[in-house]
Amino acid sequence: MAAPPPPDPQFVLRGTQSAVHALHFCGGAQGQGHPLLLSGSLSGLVHIWSLQTRRAVATLDGHEGQCVTWLQTLPQGHQLLSQGRDLKLCLWDLAEGRNAVVDSVRLESIGFCRGSVLARGHQHWTLAVPGRGSDEILEMPSKTSVCTLKPEADAKPGMPMCLELWQADSSPRPLLLAGYEDGSVALWDVSERKVCSRIACHTEPVMALDFDSQKARGVSGSAEKALAVWSLDEQQALQALRTQELTNPGIADVKIRPDRKILATAGWDHRIRVFHWWTMKPLAVLAFHSATVHCVAFATDGLMAAGSRDQRISVWSLYPRT
Amino acid sequence: MDPALSAVRLSVREAVHTLSSEDGGRIFSTLGSLKRYLGQTENPALPGEQEEFARVHFSAFLRCLVSKLSPDWLELLPDGQLEELWASFFLEGPADQAFLVLMESIEGTAGPSFRLMKMAQLLARFLSAGRMAAVLEGQCWQHTESASPLLQETLLIRVVTLPDRLGNRLQRESLAVFLPQNYFPLLGEEIVRVLQAVVDSLRGGLDCSVSFVSQVLGKACVHGRQKEILGVLVPRLMALTQGSCLWQRVCWRLVERVPDRAMEAVLTGLVEAAPGPEVLSRLLGNLVMNSRKAQFVLTQKLLFLQYRCTTPMLQSLLGYLATDSQRRPLLVQALKELLETWGSSSAVRHTPLPQQRYVSKAVLICLVHLGDAELHDSRDELLASLMAGVKCRLDSSLPPVRRLGMVVAEVASTRIHPEGPPLRFQYEEDELSREMLALATSRPAADGSLETGPSVPPVAADTPDKEPEESDIPQPPPDGSDSELDSDDEFVPYDMSGDQELKSSKAPMYVRDCVEALTTSENWERWEAALRALEGLVFRSPAATREVSVELAKVLLHLEEKTSVAGFEGLRQRALVAVTVTDPARVAKYLTSQFYALNYSLRQRMDILDVLTLAAQELSRPGRLGRAPQRGSPGPASQPSSAVAPAWRAVVEERIRSKTRRFSKGSVGRGPAAGPNEFNSVAGYFFFPLVQHFDRPLVTFDLLGDDQLVLGRLAHTLGALMYLAVNTTVAVPMGKALLEFVWALRFHGDAYVRRGLLSAVSSVLLSVPAERLLADLPDELLEARAWLAGERWAVVGGRQAGGRCSPSSHEGLWSRAEAPELSKTQSKGQRLSCPQCGGGGTAIRGHWSPTGAPQRRHPVMRDGVCLFWKIPNLWKGYKVSTMDPRQIHQILAFCHILLLTTFFS
Repeated sequence: MAAPPPPDPQFVLRGTQSAVHALHFCGGAQGQGHPLLLSGSLSGLVHIWSLQTRRAVATLDGHEGQCVTWLQTLPQGHQLLSQGRDLKLCLWDLAEGRNAVVDSVRLESIGFCRGSVLARGHQHWTLAVPGRGSDEILEMPSKTSVCTLKPEADAKPGMPMCLELWQADSSPRPLLLAGYEDGSVALWDVSERKVCSRIACHTEPVMALDFDSQKARGVSGSAEKALAVWSLDEQQALQALRTQELTNPGIADVKIRPDRKILATAGWDHRIRVFHWWTMKPLAVLAFHSATVHCVAFATDGLMAAGSRDQRISVWSLYPRT
Repeated sequence: MDPALSAVRLSVREAVHTLSSEDGGRIFSTLGSLKRYLGQTENPALPGEQEEFARVHFSAFLRCLVSKLSPDWLELLPDGQLEELWASFFLEGPADQAFLVLMESIEGTAGPSFRLMKMAQLLARFLSAGRMAAVLEGQCWQHTESASPLLQETLLIRVVTLPDRLGNRLQRESLAVFLPQNYFPLLGEEIVRVLQAVVDSLRGGLDCSVSFVSQVLGKACVHGRQKEILGVLVPRLMALTQGSCLWQRVCWRLVERVPDRAMEAVLTGLVEAAPGPEVLSRLLGNLVMNSRKAQFVLTQKLLFLQYRCTTPMLQSLLGYLATDSQRRPLLVQALKELLETWGSSSAVRHTPLPQQRYVSKAVLICLVHLGDAELHDSRDELLASLMAGVKCRLDSSLPPVRRLGMVVAEVASTRIHPEGPPLRFQYEEDELSREMLALATSRPAADGSLETGPSVPPVAADTPDKEPEESDIPQPPPDGSDSELDSDDEFVPYDMSGDQELKSSKAPMYVRDCVEALTTSENWERWEAALRALEGLVFRSPAATREVSVELAKVLLHLEEKTSVAGFEGLRQRALVAVTVTDPARVAKYLTSQFYALNYSLRQRMDILDVLTLAAQELSRPGRLGRAPQRGSPGPASQPSSAVAPAWRAVVEERIRSKTRRFSKGSVGRGPAAGPNEFNSVAGYFFFPLVQHFDRPLVTFDLLGDDQLVLGRLAHTLGALMYLAVNTTVAVPMGKALLEFVWALRFHGDAYVRRGLLSAVSSVLLSVPAERLLADLPDELLEARAWLAGERWAVVGGRQAGGRCSPSSHEGLWSRAEAPELSKTQSKGQRLSCPQCGGGGTAIRGHWSPTGAPQRRHPVMRDGVCLFWKIPNLWKGYKVSTMDPRQIHQILAFCHILLLTTFFS
């Protein structure tokens, strides 16, 4: 059977006027009923797109013209976290059409490392943000610093490049996965403030990672020509499973679809690559963008979006969930 | 007269008389009484009487018995008693006489008859009863007396040629035991038994001789039955000589006494049958020192005059020379001579490749066996020969010869000159080079056990390793749930062929940009992109290309691979071909002028030739014009018309099909659309400048001197150009020039060049119309014929003599570029067979396509003349049905020239 030709995007969102660095799907907020897509751009603006009308419904400007690197809505809705390179993490209130900064956190790191958030209870959530050569864990909304996870003096992993905060179903202790500049991925036990395990899966800085907590398996992409898949065993030890060779080097972002069936990567080679998450079989290479793809995101219904330096956001419907 | 003797005579005479009577009982008793003289009854006759009977009367009596044999005579007594008694005389009497009488009577019987069958059956019993051993054994003892040489000779001939004689006589009714494949192994067994008896009697202090057995062995081997007889003999002797000096000495004696004329056959057979040098050494002893003939066969004939020994045979042979200190000087001598042969430039040029391989293998095996001290003694001599050989081989234009030189040089130099810097060549490994290297590293097996070859155990060890590995791959990861795996099916991968390496710079869009990028760019990615884009750009914009064509060709010709670009050579060549095709006249003029210019490397000159050939092929390709514009810019105006035409044709054909009833369907192949040959107008630019200056040497380039490789390529290219210029007006002057070129070089020393010349002659014959050949080029044709008369058999049929084209010549006769074209036209041929000569083959009519453009002509059937019939001798000894089409083609070309010149004169 001949392979079908690669698909086209379902639609394309234009109008950010600058490179797209962050994307986040916001499951239809109560009251509005239809899903939104949030995008953060190099010019410091956050656009809120309606996926129904495919138009920007609002623009948030809170980062003083500095690049927005991370967007995340909080589980209870209406509240948005945005991280910018102006060393500020803003908390927005979006309820009932408002768009005002209600709180902000001062950051230490000037890198592109994205934060991570873990909801704990109704109004409490834990936030991991990069610090200066370390990771900081904050308790929100009180903004109290829980701890600073600093690697031991002899280990020199470099700056943290990506973070993923998560919690196993069985245990209440939050764990943090961090990818470092030297290509290693480390698992931190936040409460004990120590590294449980560390593996060197890349020779170049780890640019992005994602973790499937149900299967205890994660994937990381780096500046080199391969994806690494690793797993976590019962003793909280990371083990490299395999590597997936790519045609061109450079992975800016890695995301596993919420149903854990497929995996998408944003490539510096302008292409989005889709893999089967369990077998890592390559499924599609989407060559739509004409510049580096910075980010990919999945909606809960399986819709995929990718933002690129060519100022476009492409939205795809691949292998729809049945 | 002694009364006892006369008593024997009387009783024999009486018995003969009785045999004629009809009284069965009396015959039985008379014969029974005669058996006394055979000595196996209860009361045997006196020894003197027995001896007299055996010596004087036995043969005559047996003949008499044979003459009485008839169905009626045997019926005289019931139950075949008489037949049993009759046969016992043959089986129990002196074996040699019985054997001779049996053979004589069988041969003397005309046509199939009762008696013939009876005698044949009796002979079969004789053989199965092991009486042949008795025949041979009898001769071993007789040497003390004055054995009649005539009798021995007769016996020898009968013993060895028994299968032939019986086969002649019995025709299809021959018995299984008389077939050579059964008889000779039996003879081998009998020889072992005889030798056993000889050994026993030697132990007992009796003297005897094995020379008759040696003669039998020698003659059987001369008759080509080494495999059968030695296949039995060698394993038995191998076991028997193990640990027994007496047996070894008998064995040595056996080989030693083989007559000189049979020595070669026996030794070759032994070397082949012996599983290793140790065994060979046990069987032969120091024969090679004692017998001049054996020495000649083993150290000269098998090594230098023949090359049919397999590698294990060579190993046995040279190992045999190495196993004894007395024989080692011979091995050193052999190595010297081998290297001398290996290093002789004349041998490199004139011996066929298999023989060169053979000598090389022998050199390597010798080197394995010789010690450092022995090599050191004659180091200078060996090194000189080696270096001369390496030089000749590296000069050769045949890649296998070059590779052979490299492999042997590497191995031999490390052995002969171990302290020097190691010699290293870059050559592609192939089966032969691996085999040679394995030969050089394998140490001689010390225990003489059969070597199974070093490669077998690792392979066997590999396979079990691999299998589990393979079975591991499809094995699912341990903790995957089933639903996940099942759902894999719904994820059908999309086409990912577009996933290629990202190039940061864009490919140029115009031909001029490419030229600029290729000449000035320091940006290597842009440079590579330009090179990759060039061919397509040239074809898309021919007009723009024509403006810069010569400049572009110059740039491409001088282009060097500065960065490692995958497929650089191919890209450059394709681009050059594209430019040449787009603007043939000017670019071809430029390229041909550069071919004879200063300051080019051989590589560049050969590139020029390749490009010219490929461009000419592209230009002359039928139907090229029709496709070319479509590939350019598909103009909207041209589309409707091309879309309409097939539509109406389809309607018409559909109508025809619906109203036509076909009983059988022939091939529906539709010839390609006809069109003018584009090569016509420009062939001269390609051809004449190339053919003109070949005899003027430059400082850097001497075609008639060292650069014979380029000369060979030039000859092939000219031949290809000639072939592609078929049906053009310029073909006649081209053919004339080409035949002159061939004439000037016809005795060139290099096989590759001569092969190119043959290809050139063939293409002249194919491309120039026959009447023009005869009218315009008579002298050249006659000259070519005179030359070909010498070369003919070297080419057709692959019969190859020393100094002619190498055996692979007919494969290479057609250069790569034209071969596919040729086979395409040939497939249209139909089978013919000639009533006069019975010869047949794939013959191609002068074929005209319906629109009138002439296709390639073939010299087979023209004006109704069948060449098979004209020159039947050419086909002698070749099976047309099994011949390669190209070979047929060659023969046809020669038929053609012979026929033409025959008409002419």
